[in-house]
Amino acid sequence: MRIDGKGRVDRSRPLNFTFDGKAYSGFAGDTLASALLGADVRLMGRSFKYHRPRGVLTAGSEEPNALVTVTRAGDTDPNIRATVQEVYSGLEAVSQNRWPSLNVDFLSVNNLAAPFFGAGFYYKTFMWPKSFWEKLYEPMIRRAAGLGALSGKSNAERYEKAYAFCDVLVIGGGPAGLMAAHAASRTGAEVILCDEGFDCGGRLASEEEEVDYQPGHAWAHAMAAELATLPNVRLMPRTTVTGAYDGGTFGALERVTHHLANPGDAPVECFWRIAAKRAVLCAGAMERHIAFRDNDRPGVMMAGALRAYLNRWGVVPGQRVAVFGNNDDAHRTARDMLDAGVRVEALVDSRHDAQNLAGDVPFFPGWQVSRALGGKGLEAIDLTGPQGALKRLQVDALGVSGGWNPSVHLTCHLNGRPVWNDQIAAFVPRDGAVPGMSVAGSARGTFSTHACLREGAEAGFDAASALGFTGDKPVIPEAENAAYRVRRLWAVAGKGRAWLDFQNDVTVKDVKQAATENYKSVEHMKRYTTQGMATDQGKSSNVSALAVLADATGRDIPETGTTTFRPPYVPVPIAAMGAGAQGAGFAPQRYTTSHEGCVTRGAPMIEAGLWYRPSYFPKPGETSWRESCDREVKMVREAVGICDVSTLGKIDLQGRDVGPFLDFVYSNTFSTLKPGRVRYGLMLREGGHVMDDGTTARLSETQWVMTTTTAAAGPVMKHLDWVRQAYCSHMDVRFVSVTEQWAQFAVAGPKSRELLNALLDEPIDDDSFPFMQNGPVSIGGVAARLFRISFSGEHAYEIAVPARYGASLFEVLLGRAEALGGGPYGMEALNVLRIEKGHITHAEIHGRTNAFDIGFARMVSAKKDCIGKALAARPGMVDDDREQLVGLRPVTVGNALTAGAHLFDKEAEAVRINDLGYITSVGFSPTLGTFLGLGFLKNGRARHGEEVRMVDHLRGVEEVCLVTDPVAFDADGGRLRG
Amino acid sequence: MRLTCPICGPRDRREFYYQGDAVMLDRPGADAPPQVWADWLHLRDNPAGRTRDLWYHEAGCTAWLAVERDTVTHEVFSVELVESADAD
Amino acid sequence: MRMEDGCVVELTALMPCNGILPITIGETTLSEVDPGRITALMPFRGQHAALTEALQAAHGLGFPEPGQTTVAEGASCVWTARDQAFLMGPAPDDSLAPHAAVTDQSDAWSVVLLAGLDAEDVLARLVPIDLRPAAFPEGAAARTLCQHMSVTICRRAEGLQIMAFRSMARTLAHEISDAMASVAGRRAAG
Ligand SMILES: [Zn+2]
Repeated sequence: MRIDGKGRVDRSRPLNFTFDGKAYSGFAGDTLASALLGADVRLMGRSFKYHRPRGVLTAGSEEPNALVTVTRAGDTDPNIRATVQEVYSGLEAVSQNRWPSLNVDFLSVNNLAAPFFGAGFYYKTFMWPKSFWEKLYEPMIRRAAGLGALSGKSNAERYEKAYAFCDVLVIGGGPAGLMAAHAASRTGAEVILCDEGFDCGGRLASEEEEVDYQPGHAWAHAMAAELATLPNVRLMPRTTVTGAYDGGTFGALERVTHHLANPGDAPVECFWRIAAKRAVLCAGAMERHIAFRDNDRPGVMMAGALRAYLNRWGVVPGQRVAVFGNNDDAHRTARDMLDAGVRVEALVDSRHDAQNLAGDVPFFPGWQVSRALGGKGLEAIDLTGPQGALKRLQVDALGVSGGWNPSVHLTCHLNGRPVWNDQIAAFVPRDGAVPGMSVAGSARGTFSTHACLREGAEAGFDAASALGFTGDKPVIPEAENAAYRVRRLWAVAGKGRAWLDFQNDVTVKDVKQAATENYKSVEHMKRYTTQGMATDQGKSSNVSALAVLADATGRDIPETGTTTFRPPYVPVPIAAMGAGAQGAGFAPQRYTTSHEGCVTRGAPMIEAGLWYRPSYFPKPGETSWRESCDREVKMVREAVGICDVSTLGKIDLQGRDVGPFLDFVYSNTFSTLKPGRVRYGLMLREGGHVMDDGTTARLSETQWVMTTTTAAAGPVMKHLDWVRQAYCSHMDVRFVSVTEQWAQFAVAGPKSRELLNALLDEPIDDDSFPFMQNGPVSIGGVAARLFRISFSGEHAYEIAVPARYGASLFEVLLGRAEALGGGPYGMEALNVLRIEKGHITHAEIHGRTNAFDIGFARMVSAKKDCIGKALAARPGMVDDDREQLVGLRPVTVGNALTAGAHLFDKEAEAVRINDLGYITSVGFSPTLGTFLGLGFLKNGRARHGEEVRMVDHLRGVEEVCLVTDPVAFDADGGRLRG
Repeated sequence: MRLTCPICGPRDRREFYYQGDAVMLDRPGADAPPQVWADWLHLRDNPAGRTRDLWYHEAGCTAWLAVERDTVTHEVFSVELVESADAD
Repeated sequence: MRMEDGCVVELTALMPCNGILPITIGETTLSEVDPGRITALMPFRGQHAALTEALQAAHGLGFPEPGQTTVAEGASCVWTARDQAFLMGPAPDDSLAPHAAVTDQSDAWSVVLLAGLDAEDVLARLVPIDLRPAAFPEGAAARTLCQHMSVTICRRAEGLQIMAFRSMARTLAHEISDAMASVAGRRAAG
């Protein structure tokens, strides 16, 4: 219910929303949780394992219970915390983890079966029989467990990721954080202040205490407003810093439009990577529960949360409230309730010697709340007093405070371990746990407002000073400076189930049972009971659980230790981390200049690395790719074909020492290559295996152009940079990629020269352009490069023009080719042509083959050192028993070979131990009228003419093959030179 | 993680390519025995502590870098060019 | 059939972002720049000073320091990598060749300009370096990433100039316009 005159929601702006389909109304400034409490809704969710009814426990991002699914414009977001979700007009939220409804949940029978679901239940229950796991247990668990459900649709909402930079990052905008940002900003440092809420203030937003003689929230608001006007300060509201990483990098999740009915093009969330030279952690503290019987009834919540709902939102979950605590801070809740005119039935303080700080309320020092009563909402509590006294009170709401835990999480992200502080019965951060990050305020266990303000100011100033910024320290405003006294109480003794981890349904008994079964390490207990392993990561329960473990094992808390806090501090959607990388953003798409021309001709485009290349060019009447491919192969062999080869890497090399440099990176010799000539080269890795192959042309005395395969263009560039910088810095060599500068087309076939001579400004002949010649030519007045090289085995050229002319040249070449009975050919035909010729690609030089294997041992020059030479000569790298490149064809003409199949002796069983090799490439040769394959066969070069058996276990194909030389067509190369 | 490239300044880790132990800089002589070559290429220490390894500023200046860092604390002690700036 | 100039055919030129740009979203515009000639200059060993001298004499600008751009009337020289810079605008003078590897890159790059109110905020969605004017003033240049692409970015008087591979023109336009929409969407959302 709403309390008149309390809270700072805007009562002039009512907002209508629905929860589980029912209409409610809240006010501007409400969270979903506060609006529901204002509408007397206490039941907001069901627990994970037992489906117990649960209400809101906290008022912040640590909320374990009140998780809902929000639907907006057809998109659903599950597991939204009602304590963080701001209410907007038209908000549609539904509860989770219940069936069929929140009020009637059939799966709550799990609650009755609880004795079977205790600690280690997954490990113990589903061990046998084995076959039951897949069929019965796993589907059953999956239906019963889990939090919200995904819609199953592709997420159409926009997410974002972004980078930010600053001198000083301030994490948290409470009293300490505001003062840290204030102090740092006055020195001129660039400051980023991230705060989880939509408004700064931290606890000040929820308290009545004054700062600088005005309400604390008003002071915070004014300070935030002042900071927002400064050019060197960037306020990032609704932004949770989720992780601290190496080198001053922080991850942060900004909830950009969860509070809007219509986000338009704005993202739902943005994942920030913030690079900060210094950071100040002012993340505050989180209250912890006290475990007692049925302490999870809706209406039982943290004392600080109860107070926040009253002071900030003007709501109380009932007419009659009680407060139970073990520390002074709990008294404030009773005091504020009293001041607001709410009936306080009891202030229960477990400490015998506690003084009543709340005023005129029934005070029970030395008493404990031992049980909560009620089903879907709290109805009464039982108190246990000194000498076993018992009392039952009718209440609707109970605020519980087991003390406050500093939010040390980020200080642990780089393996830092927090330190136990007995005085406040809590872990505090270890100094220097994250290099460059200091901690101020209640995050380091400093709980008075005044001390928080002072520590924040000092930390902010020191952070800026450490970077060389100077200025005056700010004045510390006046504020309460009360001591915080606490006496440890983790769990109230008694029967029944007392809850620790609300989200994963872990009880005190579960932890004790884990200890009994010798899971005494806190890390083991965690995994055995699942304590702290839900989406809230046990923020409100971990310390209590390990304290219970410590008691159960007779150790103290420091000895027991903590589990490890890892990023992220709050859940980060994968959609935010990978924002922009869906669909077209997944990877860059590289298009050749002939792309449009290929698509216009109906060519299916296939991915080759990042490039898109035409698979084949279908003609009217052709019904399969094979038909088109066969035609294109014949076309090249009989007339002329055009193929865009621009995707091959091209590297321009210049300088006096290019020759010796190439001698070092290639296995064969290049320094002897004459200007105007081209040579094929083989590049090895240092281990002696083949890295890449390609042709290198010497354009002039000082300029060379190396080509790489399409796949290896990047790696070869990286390799050349390495070799030059690491081993050849004495050489005068400079190189740069020119892959993108040139559009390059293969013109292949017996009519290739005829075609070119019809287009070039000056014709060529066999004298000016013999095989492996290169030189400048001119086409349409454009300076071009011509290389007489051939991958197809035909009389062929590659012509390169500056890329701006690529699309135009492609059309010109095709027009001319078609007039000569030729046309374009795609990757399929290119593959068949090279298989017929036994030319290798990365299917053959796949990383495990060396020059010996592919029959190129003679290309490793004996006269010079090169990368890979020493280790290529290792024993075993040149054994006859190695798998060597061979050609293969089916003995039964017309039958198919398959790539990936393995080779065996004809009579041998097709098992690993008899494996003789494998097939790397296959294609149907229309030229020879048979399937052809390339593959590797043990001692293959000596076995030409023999028959082996191909077995493809995957496709269930067997075929007897004839072993041949890899070159199946035009073995003497007459067509190349013709 | 961030590395301070001697040429480009402090940059996010995503701009760099990681290669491995900087022992690769000490390439054996062409006439070294095969065992020396094999050890150089394949045998690596895996220390919990200080290492010197190679990074390539692939999305930056394209310099190869030798980075001294601690595999336990992740502290970066130094970032040096493999080819010193005054090589030319 | 030979034409008047002796050529048989006529080749037409296309810009890398032909038909893709310009795009304006909100207060920010992405447009293609015609950079004139682009020439990679890589000074040979010991030739840094001599190259700068030759550049000064021929084009009125020096070889830039890492992360910098030098500018003259109608010409600029943008640092692009270790020992590498792009002369943009004029055809390179013959006097440079003895001192540097000189390579034509005029057709290799999609050159675009992002200008307007939100230019820095847009690139903050894609580029992992600080491009705000204080950290990246006019005359600054950097080789870095734009989402998954390797790019060279420099600040011109008119805005932020981004160069990516020619073949990636569509991806470049897609990534930047997507970020433009997002930033404009934030503005619209308040
Ligand atoms: Zn660099």
